[in-house]
Amino acid sequence: MTKKKLQAIACWLAVMIVGFVLINALVYVGVIDAFIENMLVTIGINIILATGLNLIIGFSGQFSLGHAGFMAVGAYATGIILQAMPTTVGFFVSIVVGIAIAIVVAIIIGIPTLRLSGDYLAIATMGAAEIIRVVINNMKVTNGAAGLFNIPQFATWPVVYIFVCLTTAVIVNFAHSRAGRAIQAIRDDEIAAEAVGINPTKWKLAAFVLGASTAAVAGSLHASYIQTIAPTDFGIMNSIAMLIIVVLGGVGSMTGTFFAAVVLGVLDTVLQSFGTLRMVIYAVALIVIMVFKPTGLLGRYEFSFARVLDRFRKKKEDAA
Amino acid sequence: MHTVLQQVINGLSLGSIYALLALGYTMVYGIIKLINFAHGDIYMLGAFWGYYVINTYHVDFIVALLSAMIVTALAGMIIEYLAYRPLRNSPRITALITAIGVSYFLENGMSYLFGANTRNFPQVVKQHNFTALGISISNIQVLILVTALILMILLQLIIQKTKMGTAMRAVAVDQEAAALVGINPDHVISFTFGLGSALAGAAGVLIGLYYNSIDPLMGMTPGIKAFVAAVVGGIGSVPGAAVGGFLIGLLETGVQAIGLSAYKDAAVYVVLILILIVLPAGLLGKNVKEKV
Repeated sequence: MTKKKLQAIACWLAVMIVGFVLINALVYVGVIDAFIENMLVTIGINIILATGLNLIIGFSGQFSLGHAGFMAVGAYATGIILQAMPTTVGFFVSIVVGIAIAIVVAIIIGIPTLRLSGDYLAIATMGAAEIIRVVINNMKVTNGAAGLFNIPQFATWPVVYIFVCLTTAVIVNFAHSRAGRAIQAIRDDEIAAEAVGINPTKWKLAAFVLGASTAAVAGSLHASYIQTIAPTDFGIMNSIAMLIIVVLGGVGSMTGTFFAAVVLGVLDTVLQSFGTLRMVIYAVALIVIMVFKPTGLLGRYEFSFARVLDRFRKKKEDAA
Repeated sequence: MHTVLQQVINGLSLGSIYALLALGYTMVYGIIKLINFAHGDIYMLGAFWGYYVINTYHVDFIVALLSAMIVTALAGMIIEYLAYRPLRNSPRITALITAIGVSYFLENGMSYLFGANTRNFPQVVKQHNFTALGISISNIQVLILVTALILMILLQLIIQKTKMGTAMRAVAVDQEAAALVGINPDHVISFTFGLGSALAGAAGVLIGLYYNSIDPLMGMTPGIKAFVAAVVGGIGSVPGAAVGGFLIGLLETGVQAIGLSAYKDAAVYVVLILILIVLPAGLLGKNVKEKV
């Protein structure tokens, strides 16, 4: 590992710690009340979901519309396990179990459907997520359409914050690793990638499974924070809400995903006071942004400390 | 045997609604490769227009149907002009998100203006049942089937026999080449939206008559089901959409009839995934070979 890389990692760590301390201080002072805290946690969960989806859509080029299904898997794993084992250990066990089930489900769904491409894949994954939802809706252990309630709250904002940092680090590192370059090569030209020895099915499935497992984590956090879950929380419209964050931020830009999740979260909170007009304004804002900025708010731009440090160093050298 | 035939009749009635909607999806997809998520909401607009003219002007069924088709055709063309035309050369996923935005706008705009509650659709056609050989079929079911079939035949004639229809097929194959031979793609795309939306509007009035109730969110689920029908039939293929619509309608009523109504949506998606895996281009779709 080079010195440059270490410096960039140190910068990111510093940002994470400063963010944590800052939010903590604001909560302590009372600037962040329960209402804003709720907004922050929702933004955090949306970031986990959307970065995973961006890995699938933006980096591996697989148009998946079934993210809410994997979120449901994680949420129900946590809901059910926490009822039997309402401890912190139980919470973390439930996250792991949620991830494990999501991986198995993602492999079962992925192997046949990832052969499809484009809109066909989107509609097949959407169908798969709906099947998950209908099955949950009809199972005894999930309490059917009524859903689960009084789930103990272990996912407080610091837990969500730490998970946002963790999942983002995993996904961004995956996207910039050898594996990430492989999936980007497949996205750009599957036949060419195959010709240089990349196994498309294997890598597409890897990205899909990783995205699905982070969605399960987000589902677990959602279940334990909101404390009630029902099958209707994980419908097509929820998958679409995640897709909106990804496209609005810029497909293939993780920085954009963060930005869009924050913008939409704040917009949602600000518009609360408008009542029924809220969704109308939201819809108009969405259409206007898409018409005037078709590549999303940040396009393909990616913020990188390594680059900032490079520029900084160059300036220093120029001066010297 | 009787119950089977009875379910087939029920399935065909529901299926013809899906087929009318699926035709709009498939035509728009065939021509600009856009999943028009707002299509289900155009169907809702049609139903609300029918409700409005029948209650306010006490018109009969035919006038309500035709006026709803005209209004929804205009709505579809306006939406295309304002929301989709500026995105003609953008990434397709952007146009998709815009379509979702339009869908949210129509659903919530209607809820805001007219309230989110469910209304009873005025019964302009008095329902009475014909019974023959133990099978009962209502005059409304007959009306839905006949109207849907007439509209589908008309559509087929427009696409195959008229100049505009030829232009539509040309633009669907190659937009640039069509422009070279003097076709204005913008006009053709606008016409396609109008045609598809008119069919959705007609489906809206028919479903109002069939189910008696309408609300601003009524387009969501049938919209997605109809899109599934279009994909099953082979998206881009007009006869495929009709076949897919009837198939999904029959499947849904069939699953319901054997007592698994809780799983009827899941059954639709299982069939969708199976068909896509076996026939990736749908039942009647064209299989395009990938070239290096």
